[in-house]
Amino acid sequence: MDEASGRSVVSAEEQAETQYVEEWVSGTEVPDEMATDEGAQEMALTESGYRFREQLGAVVTDDYLYEEEVSEDERMIINMGPQHPSTHGVLRLQLELEGEMIKRCKPVIGYLHTGMEKTAETLTFMQGPTNVTRMDYLAPLHNELAFSLATEKLLGVEVPPRAAAIRVLMTELNRISSHLVALATNGMDIGAISMMMYGFRERELILAFFEKTTGLRMNHNYIRPGGVAADLPPGWRKDVATILKTIPARLGEYDDLLKENPIWLSRTQGVGVITAEECRAYGITGPILRGTGVDWDLRKVFPYSGIEQYEFDVPVGTQGDVYDRYRVRVEEITQSLRIVEQAAEMMPSGDFRVDDRKVTPPPRARIDESMEALIHHFKIFTEGFRPPPGEAYAAVESPRGELGCYLVSDGGGMPWRCHIRAPSFYNLQALPVMLAESMVADTIATIASLDPVMGDVDR
Amino acid sequence: MSEVTTDHAPEAEAPHPVIAPVVDRFPEARWEISDTEWLVDVDRAQLSDLAAACRDAGFEVCVDVTAVDWYRSRRPRFEVVVNLLSHQHRRRLRVTAGVPADDPTVPSLYPVYPGVNFPEREVYDLFGITFEGHPDMTRILMPDDWEGHPLRKDFSVGSVPVTFKESPEVI
Repeated sequence: MDEASGRSVVSAEEQAETQYVEEWVSGTEVPDEMATDEGAQEMALTESGYRFREQLGAVVTDDYLYEEEVSEDERMIINMGPQHPSTHGVLRLQLELEGEMIKRCKPVIGYLHTGMEKTAETLTFMQGPTNVTRMDYLAPLHNELAFSLATEKLLGVEVPPRAAAIRVLMTELNRISSHLVALATNGMDIGAISMMMYGFRERELILAFFEKTTGLRMNHNYIRPGGVAADLPPGWRKDVATILKTIPARLGEYDDLLKENPIWLSRTQGVGVITAEECRAYGITGPILRGTGVDWDLRKVFPYSGIEQYEFDVPVGTQGDVYDRYRVRVEEITQSLRIVEQAAEMMPSGDFRVDDRKVTPPPRARIDESMEALIHHFKIFTEGFRPPPGEAYAAVESPRGELGCYLVSDGGGMPWRCHIRAPSFYNLQALPVMLAESMVADTIATIASLDPVMGDVDR
Repeated sequence: MSEVTTDHAPEAEAPHPVIAPVVDRFPEARWEISDTEWLVDVDRAQLSDLAAACRDAGFEVCVDVTAVDWYRSRRPRFEVVVNLLSHQHRRRLRVTAGVPADDPTVPSLYPVYPGVNFPEREVYDLFGITFEGHPDMTRILMPDDWEGHPLRKDFSVGSVPVTFKESPEVI
């Protein structure tokens, strides 16, 4: 061995021998005296000295020297999506491949762009939640909450305690239902089809409660500036108690399916790794950031809707891989259940929306008796209210990360500018980082662990 | 500087120690430091330098880049809004920079925060503000052959040209 270069020094004689052995192994140039009907599969008659030493490890052949000879023709750029079932909507990835290895990746988005920020400029602040709730359609209540908080910041309105508690209860239930979809689709993409069925089954439980409360399974338009649209329905405690009783037991079933499943572990551990520094540089938030070990949660750092009164922990991972993101989501479901339980226990009595007739419509019964109530009702539903000129940024911790709403008012009845800081939009920038030098099959697991919602990305 | 007397209004207090080095370095920027919000309005030529100074001061995350079109109500017409966040100090800082309509260009923050890749492309796509130094200044949400920038106030909502049979242009 040549110590300086670290490579083996092979004499001309041995090289000739190697050449002979390789030709013989490949079966192209079989010498006549060795030819049998076994062909290339034939066992060597005599083991060559060089080959024997190579097998013992005394001679090391550098195979990376051969890798450099891969020509540019071996690389190809292929499209994954926009209709690929594992891309969670209409996400298109341009992948530059070298065999099975991804060398570069570029996400191409915009297929679901419907100009919702432009639409928001033509809707009053009262109508705004109807629009924004359709952006991140798996977490509609978080969209409405961010918009309502920004509008209330412009107005300088404080919602009553019951409205804040209802908001916390509903958004935390929404976080559970969104994480259940994330687990379900993550499972299905890797091949755990049972997880798909289980996740959507439990989500139905929560959506049924949403339907009972808001009238719709999705796109609720329930959280509005000034409070919520309606009080909790009769018998809500029983429904919440059923959810609180059912889901923890089902989470145990998911753990039986996945937590120590060797196939699941080998498909997720060490896959799609990202570091905390990269997350900060790329503006990545939510479970992806927490999966790297950063305990950053807006509910703890910049609390909203009185969520600082509730006890809960912020689960974090260590490796920043797909498995850690999966564990963070499972733990967050447990923590959200804790918050829901506390919210149901200490649900304050009182009004479910602010008693300011310039902001919220009067009770329906008052319209028959009071002329002022009728006028307020009419004014609010035709031209809405006019916040003072200014700008406000409000952010909530959505299941996907920081969901912000930046509102600019010019004193009119409609926002001059309504910008939604969509977490999925930023989180998609992690894909090129996570996918570099990884296998094509890992792309599927990585996209699923990002949990992107294309409605949120494209808006 | 400590011998300067602070005999007037409480808002003349020294700024928070986290942001003080940046305030000292960019005294000509319009700072509004209150207990709840930190805002600064800066000339667009200094935007990149200010962002780098903020990053060194602990604002390691660029949360958001967007823009506002003040068509016919303010000058300069556009305003680029950058939301910065500090994990270690738990603070937000909103940086704004005016951009005139006749030269809608801003230095890109990509060298400072690589995460502004998508949002700067979004602002370019929807407002037509070009970020100089961005590695891939292309449309991101709208089709590549789209004409105009939809979030500008003079781009009307849903204007699809309809030609009627009796219209004089058709005949």
